Amino acid sequence: MTVASRHSFEQVAACRVSVLRGGAGDPLLFLHGARGAGRWLPFMDHLAEKFEVIVPEHPGFGLSDTPAWLDNIGDVAYFYLDFIEALKLKNIHLVGSSLGGWIASEIAIRDQHPFRTLTLVAPAGIHVNGAPTADIFLWSREELTRNLFYSQDLAEAALNYPMSEEEQNIQLRNSITMAKLAWQPRLHDPDLKKWLHRVHLATLILWGDSDRLIPPAYGPAFQSLIPGSRLEVIPQCGHLPHIERTAEFVSAVGKFIGTARS
Amino acid sequence: MKFFFFHLMPYAALDLAGAAKYKSVSVLLPNSFYDPVQGHALYTRYLDEMEYADQLGFDGVCVNEHHQTPYGLMPTPGVTAGALTQRTRRAKIAVLGRALPLLNNPLTVAEEFAMLDNITGGRLIAGLVRGIGAEYHAWGANPATSHERFHEAHDLILRAWTETGPFAFEGKHYQFNYVNPWPRPYQQPHPPIWIPSQGSRETIEWASDPKRRYVYLQTFSPVAAVAKYMAMYKEEAAKRGYEAAPTQLGWAVPVYVAETDEQAYREAKPHIENFFNRFLRMTPEMLLPPGYLSYESMKGVMKSKASITGGSKTIDDLLKSGMFLCGSAATVRQQIENYQKQIGFGYLLTMLQFATLPHELTKRNSELFAREVIPGLRHLAEIPAPTGAK
Repeated sequence: MTVASRHSFEQVAACRVSVLRGGAGDPLLFLHGARGAGRWLPFMDHLAEKFEVIVPEHPGFGLSDTPAWLDNIGDVAYFYLDFIEALKLKNIHLVGSSLGGWIASEIAIRDQHPFRTLTLVAPAGIHVNGAPTADIFLWSREELTRNLFYSQDLAEAALNYPMSEEEQNIQLRNSITMAKLAWQPRLHDPDLKKWLHRVHLATLILWGDSDRLIPPAYGPAFQSLIPGSRLEVIPQCGHLPHIERTAEFVSAVGKFIGTARS
Repeated sequence: MKFFFFHLMPYAALDLAGAAKYKSVSVLLPNSFYDPVQGHALYTRYLDEMEYADQLGFDGVCVNEHHQTPYGLMPTPGVTAGALTQRTRRAKIAVLGRALPLLNNPLTVAEEFAMLDNITGGRLIAGLVRGIGAEYHAWGANPATSHERFHEAHDLILRAWTETGPFAFEGKHYQFNYVNPWPRPYQQPHPPIWIPSQGSRETIEWASDPKRRYVYLQTFSPVAAVAKYMAMYKEEAAKRGYEAAPTQLGWAVPVYVAETDEQAYREAKPHIENFFNRFLRMTPEMLLPPGYLSYESMKGVMKSKASITGGSKTIDDLLKSGMFLCGSAATVRQQIENYQKQIGFGYLLTMLQFATLPHELTKRNSELFAREVIPGLRHLAEIPAPTGAK
């Protein structure tokens, strides 16, 4: 089944933000990773069978503005609290991948009352001493793409995808915003781990067992910081379970939210 | 014209074959490749070469800041400049420069430069740069805030030099309750400010602004780029209602002079190729981390795919593009005269030692350049002594 998606722009906190939406049900807010949201993807389609899936592009990414106030990850977290108010969203299932998982965590330690559940997919945001994250800024596009996936067929397909000039420019903008948010301290906020214990939402943490960007060792670290959270490791999977293992991802999220509801 | 002697102080003893096995000589080459005994000998040798440049009549000597690389052994250029205050008597000392965005406290630059200016009785030239892209990897500094931090640090340093302290500085990246550095600069209102760049419209618009009129230096670029960016500087000045003087434009370029063209070519070939292909070698991701150039500039780079690291260059490529001047004194003199007449720069910053070029050849190169090239070119762009910014 293919759910019709629609694209719109919303004006929030002096920032014109690009939003993809599809499906009906409780809102599921998906926060994308460093490479942006881009197109309506199969995993969104599957989730849209049960939820109203809302996929904004973060300030400074994709077709969204780069507002003058955008300096750090906290700014993005507060922006989303404004965004949720502006769209009058309630009972949200918050799902974030990588950078998006970091943003979701930062939102949750600030205000968790708009949310029902939290799903973190190989989130950035903390640092585990002795287990460095990959230097994504030093990798070439090929190295990055190969290391994103367990399946090198998927990496190959991604490398062979002919990017338009517009898409290349978007990737360039995304990388600049990514550097602004995550260059130093690299991919984390030293204060986040001090306050993750405040997250009382039902929380699922998903990690690919072959994640070469943020090592799987970060899964247990996150789990130990968020009381009552559950960790599921997906086998033969890289940094993007929602892309690489769409069926397992959708099923895990569906089951988790179903259990959390009852 | 004025002639400066520019030194990078490279680690000339580098094991080139060993280093070739690494992805880059900057940042990633293990520093076990550095031998302190060799290093000590090289520092001594290079300081001798710069002292000799002063004796040979160069108008100035130039040092610079580079981190975590055998390309240049001056992470703290103030140390080199400090040694040169005692080794030189007459030449200007140009620190080209301090990389402002890499610093947590830019007031250290205001203080260090003021010390050098006072010790030398006003021989300091203050170079301000952003640092090369690799240094943002090496130093953990955020390339996406590099421009903002550069401009704010510059404003802070200028105010520290020209306003009576103590005053408060209320910036986005830097905040101070008390800005009141001792000593104040010897040169008033402040030492001349030079801006080395690989070429960007933003830098040129800013440097050429009538209230700054900073000296713009084009470094290690094909002569077509030198011409393009210097013309841009003049256009920007004209747009703002003044004519840019040759004293506002400088070109930094490696030069090699020998008795004949053939001898110069033969002697320089391995060393200049080492410089461009081995010492400068880094990946595009190191050279241009995200945000180091503005979005618009970066789009231009992506289109042209131009980069100083792109591919291996032979001496013939370098001579053809004018990235290297090489030949007998007559040949080199003629080349510089032609370029000067076309482009209109007032300063030539000659790099007479590069990569693995040994001391004896460096010495002879310096002598031939000073004795047989400079005198025939002095009359070009006849200009008064540099007077600083205002």
